[in-house]
Amino acid sequence: MTQPVISVNELTVEFVTRRGTLRALDKVSFDVARGEVLGVVGESGAGKSVTGSAIIGLIDPPGRIAGGQVLLSGERVDNLPPDAMRKIRGKRIGMIFQDPLTSLNPLYRVGEQLIETIQTHTDLNAADARKRAIALLDEVGIPAPERRIDGYPHEFSGGMRQRVVIALALCAEPEFIIADEPTTALDVSVQAQIIALIKRLCQERGTSVMLVTHDMGVIAETADRVAVMYAGRVAEIGPVRDVVKQPLHPYAVGLMGAIPSIEGDAERLVQIPGSMPRLSNIPKGCAFNPRCSKAFDRCFVERPELIDVGGRQVACHLYDQSKAPNGQNPTDKAEIAA
Amino acid sequence: MTQDVSSAPYVQVRDLKRVFDVSKPWLNRVIESAPKQYLKAVDGVSFDIRKGETFALVGESGSGKSTVARMVVGLLPPSGGTVSIDGVSMTDPAAAQERQRLRRRIQMIFQDPYASLNPRWRVGRIIAEPIRAFDLIQGDREIEGRVGELLSLVGLHPDDGKKFPHEFSGGQRQRIAIARALASNAEFIVCDEPTSALDVSVQAQILNLMRDLQQKFGLTYLFISHNLAVVRHMATRIGVMYLGRLVEVSEGKQLFTAPRHPYTKMLLDAVPDLAMVGKPREGVKGEIPNPISPPSGCTFHPRCPLVFDRCRVENPPAIDGVACHAVNRGREAA
Ligand SMILES: Nc1ncnc2c1ncn2[C@@H]1O[C@H](COP(=O)(O)OP(=O)(O)OP(=O)(O)O)[C@@H](O)[C@H]1O
Ligand SMILES: Nc1ncnc2c1ncn2[C@@H]1O[C@H](COP(=O)(O)OP(=O)(O)O)[C@@H](O)[C@H]1O
Ligand code: SF4
Ligand code: SF4
Ligand SMILES: [Mg+2]
Ligand SMILES: [Mg+2]
Repeated sequence: MTQPVISVNELTVEFVTRRGTLRALDKVSFDVARGEVLGVVGESGAGKSVTGSAIIGLIDPPGRIAGGQVLLSGERVDNLPPDAMRKIRGKRIGMIFQDPLTSLNPLYRVGEQLIETIQTHTDLNAADARKRAIALLDEVGIPAPERRIDGYPHEFSGGMRQRVVIALALCAEPEFIIADEPTTALDVSVQAQIIALIKRLCQERGTSVMLVTHDMGVIAETADRVAVMYAGRVAEIGPVRDVVKQPLHPYAVGLMGAIPSIEGDAERLVQIPGSMPRLSNIPKGCAFNPRCSKAFDRCFVERPELIDVGGRQVACHLYDQSKAPNGQNPTDKAEIAA
Repeated sequence: MTQDVSSAPYVQVRDLKRVFDVSKPWLNRVIESAPKQYLKAVDGVSFDIRKGETFALVGESGSGKSTVARMVVGLLPPSGGTVSIDGVSMTDPAAAQERQRLRRRIQMIFQDPYASLNPRWRVGRIIAEPIRAFDLIQGDREIEGRVGELLSLVGLHPDDGKKFPHEFSGGQRQRIAIARALASNAEFIVCDEPTSALDVSVQAQILNLMRDLQQKFGLTYLFISHNLAVVRHMATRIGVMYLGRLVEVSEGKQLFTAPRHPYTKMLLDAVPDLAMVGKPREGVKGEIPNPISPPSGCTFHPRCPLVFDRCRVENPPAIDGVACHAVNRGREAA
């Protein structure tokens, strides 16, 4: 197998607060292959954004990486000094956030921001950098880029601004892009355009993407593989088709059934009782145990690790063949879904 | 479903309009010699809601859904048109007294349950407020009993009445808002994006609860959402809004199996959905134009694949639930 572009191993992030140390990520592990879109889903507070911030070294104090590693094309980047990390951000790892205005400076013309970024990361002269900026705007679908390049961010609509941010993320031809809720603030019809754009760009350029969103629909369409996060842990990770159509982890089963579809005909949505625990109150053993209808003794004492189950990984004791509870047939998905 | 869907419309909305003055301040206007600017947030919307059904309005941001909702419940005066509920006019000044009697029966639930609950009041007092305001039950003990009953009904514990709103999660707060809406024995509930701020597993709990309560009490809902999948799950009939106009009204599932208006088709093509895994889709063209200077004629014409001359000059009338010249022409030809 070729080397993954990003490899996250047992990454743990803690926030030290007055009420004690809160563990926002607890041994999160996954790889992203070259040209792959990894979707990261989960409900709010699951740790999706913290995962992204940890990879790019932007965890604000009092937060800190308390364990684990992040490898970018095989090199460790989680322990780099801030200066070295700053060089990697933007150049080798691009970023796209939910609100395009966090990435764009309202006081500068769009072109100035693109040209500056291009010049920081390449040795192009001003004229060539401008040409490249126009080409990028064209590539992300801004009409009349040679004219729009001199506009200010507020002169662009929300969808257009997000296109500019994508152009900005692409400036230095990064190997890896972290897109955190890139379409959440956009309208449905614009959302579809941005998704199509991100997908096309990675296909054409071989860029890898970590696409963070709480919208399963977006993941279903864009991602190659998907990681389902719950309470700072990865519950299940695998090919998007498998995880969406036949989830294995009881939380993933509940999550998929809870989402209304424009095709499905469920009279009732699947209901997971309760809600995600607060970080200060994560249950012992499996973090999902208070809400899980399949929980058994072992779930309350021992944390399930990710184990391989036919091409994907699942963190649930039901799938640990050696120690599954009596009478449970862990491969019977219908039973788990019930 | 065991719903009492009688034929006479319970809610009648006719040619409803709302214009907002969005001009710059007077001084700026004089200096820049800029004209006054008006925004037609709602521009001639008509629909019926039958008793016991869920009528949904969908549309992208700024299409006028919330403005319609606020006019229907009487929170915002219309610039034109009429609303009547159970035969009582919500818009005729002469009907003020009758309207007062109707008020108890109409409630509204908002997207942000936190903003709609008084943070300094205990939940019990919040839910009891409509009971006291409309003098529905006498005696503190009796009211407290009723509040406990309502809390249980929405899946909370009677003791939760002693807590303050900030002690609850988003989903629990929305349950409180629903309990308050039910406290006055409301029969018509207008819900503006009731689950848009919630996580999907909590959204499922609230949507299931709303359906259970509808069956139990025969409630009528005007349900507003930008999420087509949620609307499909909830609605008996659906109206699609674009730039202040209702472009299509359709029976619930039919909107998805046989969309008729070009905008509806585009919207359905665009929506990211679980069912779409691995499927290619049609491209979507353009963005919603600035509502202050909307396109002439059919406001969808710059984005429409079926556009022809007439569309640029004439606003298409709604015929059989669809406002589109191309659809009308097809009908004439057939
Ligand atoms: N008080 C107001 N003053 C000026 N313009 C307004 C006002 N209220 C609404 N508008 C405008 O009217 C149009 C319709 O707004 P409305 O809030 O009804 O949209 P909506 O469909 O509910 O959108 P969303 O999905 O974003 O909630 C928008 O262009 C909005 O900016
Ligand atoms: N600066 C911080 N201080 C304390 N806790 C934080 C901080 N940032 C994030 N968290 C916590 O970490 C958890 C994961 O957050 P986040 O990654 O933002 O979730 P999401 O999956 O919604 O993106 C949440 O419980 C959040 O409250
Ligand atoms: S480990 Fe146990 S509690 Fe956790 S998801 Fe699996 S069965 Fe449920
Ligand atoms: S009226 Fe014309 S422009 Fe409008 S939707 Fe119909 S065909 Fe398209
Ligand atoms: Mg987040
Ligand atoms: Mg609204």
